[in-house]
Amino acid sequence: MLPFTTVTQEPTQVGEPWLNMTIFGLFVAVTMVIVLRASRNNKTAADYYAAGRSFTGSQNGTAIAGDYLSAASFLGICGAIAINGYDGFLYSIGFLVAWLVALLLVAELLRNTGKFTMADVLSFRLKQRPVRIAAATTTLAVCFFYLLAQMAGAGALVSLLLGIDDRLGQSIVITVVGALMILYVLVGGMKGTTWVQIIKACLLIAGAFIMTIWVLALYGFNLSALLGDAAATAGNPELLNPGLQYGVSETSKFDFISLALALVLGTAALPHVLMRFYTVPTAKEARRSVVWAIWLIGAFYLFTLVLGYGAGALIGPEAIEAAPGGVNSAAPLLAFHLGGPLLLGVISAVAFATILAVVAGLTITAAASFAHDIYANVVRKGQVDSQGEVKVARRTVLVIGVLSIAGGIGAQGQNVAFLVALAFAVAASANLPTIIYSLFWKKFSTQGAIWSMYGGLAAAIILIAFSPVVSGAETAMIPGADFAWFPLKNPGIISIPLAFFLGWLGTVLDKSVEDPSKQAEMEVRSLTGVGAEKAVDH
Amino acid sequence: MGQQPSPEADPTATVDFQEVQQRPEFTELKRRHRSFVFPMAAAFLIWYFLYVLLADYAHGFMSIKVLGNINVGLVLGLLQFVSTFAITMWYVSYANKKLDPIASGIRQDLESADRPQAGETH
Repeated sequence: MLPFTTVTQEPTQVGEPWLNMTIFGLFVAVTMVIVLRASRNNKTAADYYAAGRSFTGSQNGTAIAGDYLSAASFLGICGAIAINGYDGFLYSIGFLVAWLVALLLVAELLRNTGKFTMADVLSFRLKQRPVRIAAATTTLAVCFFYLLAQMAGAGALVSLLLGIDDRLGQSIVITVVGALMILYVLVGGMKGTTWVQIIKACLLIAGAFIMTIWVLALYGFNLSALLGDAAATAGNPELLNPGLQYGVSETSKFDFISLALALVLGTAALPHVLMRFYTVPTAKEARRSVVWAIWLIGAFYLFTLVLGYGAGALIGPEAIEAAPGGVNSAAPLLAFHLGGPLLLGVISAVAFATILAVVAGLTITAAASFAHDIYANVVRKGQVDSQGEVKVARRTVLVIGVLSIAGGIGAQGQNVAFLVALAFAVAASANLPTIIYSLFWKKFSTQGAIWSMYGGLAAAIILIAFSPVVSGAETAMIPGADFAWFPLKNPGIISIPLAFFLGWLGTVLDKSVEDPSKQAEMEVRSLTGVGAEKAVDH
Repeated sequence: MGQQPSPEADPTATVDFQEVQQRPEFTELKRRHRSFVFPMAAAFLIWYFLYVLLADYAHGFMSIKVLGNINVGLVLGLLQFVSTFAITMWYVSYANKKLDPIASGIRQDLESADRPQAGETH
C-alpha cells in the first residue's frame, strides 16, 4: 500500500500552521453546528445507525465518496504519481473499478435484505448465532485495522501540516482528533457522521478540482505538455511508463496482481461502505448512491492524475521526498506553490477533515456491529429494545474512540501503512465470498459461511504476519527480525481464492440443510424489496 | 431481521415466499437480473485484469507514444474510467427499464395482499 508514515524530524518550512489550524477550526465549528441540529431526532436504533434511512441517493453517494476518499487516497496517490508516475495512477484505477462490484452485485440486494449491519444479511437465512458472531468479528477486524492506519496517519499529517514535530505535540493533536470524532459520533450518530462526510467530500473534490484546473491552465490545458514537463523535471522519461514502482522485480509484479485483486473485490465488502447503504429509504436510492459515488470518485482520481504529475512537474520528486512527510507532501506543496499559504491552509484543513470523517464512519460501523450483532442479537438474543441497543452503541463508541487514540499515539513513527492493504484484503477474503454466496447460491450453508469467513480472515492475517511488511525488510514494521516466509506484501491472491474455496467446501460437506423457506424469502426480498426496512417518519 | 419481525414493520410476515419464488414474474425478474449482472461483472473484471497484466508485464507496449507524451498505458488507463462510467449508466438504464417495473409490481402485490398499508410510514 502507500507509505503513509515515516515522519522526518525536521521543522516544516511551508505555510502558516496557525492559518491551517484556523481553517480546520472553522470546518469543525460548521460541522459541529450541523451535527447538533441533525442529532435532534436520534431516538431509535434506525435513527442512530442508519440516519432514519432518510438520506437521498445523491446525499448518500457524496457521503460514500467522503467515507472512501481517505487521506491516503488524496495525499498518498498524488505523491505516488509525482514520484512513481504511471504506477501511482495504475494503483488509483483499482479503487474506482471496484465500485462496479458494489453497483452490480451488492448494494441493492444488501439494502433490501438487511437492517443495520453486514451481519444482518449474512445471517438472514443461515444459523443466526454462529454466522452473526463470525460476521461481527470480520467487521470489527476490518474497522480496527483501518482505524489504526488512519490514526497513525494523523500523526504524520500533523507534522506535515501544522509544523508540530515533537512527539508530545503530535499526541495532543491525535487526542484532539479522536475526541472530536467521539463527539461527532456520540452526538450525531449516523446522521451527524453522514453530514461530516458530505461536507468533507464537497470540500475535498472542490479543492482538488480548483487545483486541477489551475495546473492545467499553467500548461495551456495540454496534458501532453504537463506530462512532458513532469518527466523533464524528474529527469526520467520512465515516469510516464509503467514499472517504476511495481516493475522492479518479478515478486513486485506478482504482488501488484495480488493487491489489485484485494482492491477490486475488497471495496464492495468494506463494512463501513456497506453500512452506508442502509441510510437511504429504498434499493433504488442505494443504486443512485453508488452511481453518484462512482462519478465523484472517478472524477477525483482523474484530478489526482493531473495533481500528481503537476506536483512532479512544478515541485519535482526530489524536493517532495526531501520535504517533511515525504511522498504525502506532494499535494500540500503543490497547493502552496499555486496559491500560497491560503490554498495550503484550505488543503491542509481538508486533509484533516478527511481523517476525521473516515474515522467517524469506521467508529459508528464498529459500534453498530458490536451493539447490534454481538450485544442485542447474540448476548441478549434479540430481547432488548432499540433504546437499550443505542445506549450500548454509544458506550462502544467511547471505548473505540479511546482505543483508537491510544493506538494512534502508540503507532506514531511505526510503519503501519500495510494496515490499509490488510483491511482491503480481509474484506475481500472474509466478507465478499460469503456476501456473494448468500445472495446468489441457493445451497450455501452455515458451515460454508463459517469456514469462509474465519478461513479468509485467518489466511489474510497470518500471511501478512509472515510477509516482508512485518519483518525481514528495511521498511518492515520490525526491521530487526526476519520471520517472513511469505514473499508477497499483499495476501489477497492466496486468501481470496482460499475463502471462496472454503465457502464451497464447507457447504458441500455440510450434512445439515438450511431452511428453504428462508432462502426463498431472502431471494424474493433481495430482488423486489418486499418488506424492506422503511424510512423513519418523524 | 428475519428472527425478530416487528408486526407493524413487516406486512409480509405471512407471505409464502416459496410460492412467490416459483411465480413466473419472479423467475423472469431473477433471470433478467442475473443475465445482466453476471456477464457484466465477468466482463469488467477480465478487462480490468487484462489492463493490470499489460501494465505489469508489457512495459514496452504500454510505453508506445500515441500522441505527444500520451502513451498506450495512459489511454488504456483512461479507458478504464470510461468503461466504468459506461457500465454504470448502462446498468442504471437497464434496471430502470427491465428490473424496476417487475420488482415494484411484485412488491406492491405482496405488501397490499394481506395487510393493506401496514408499515407504510410515508
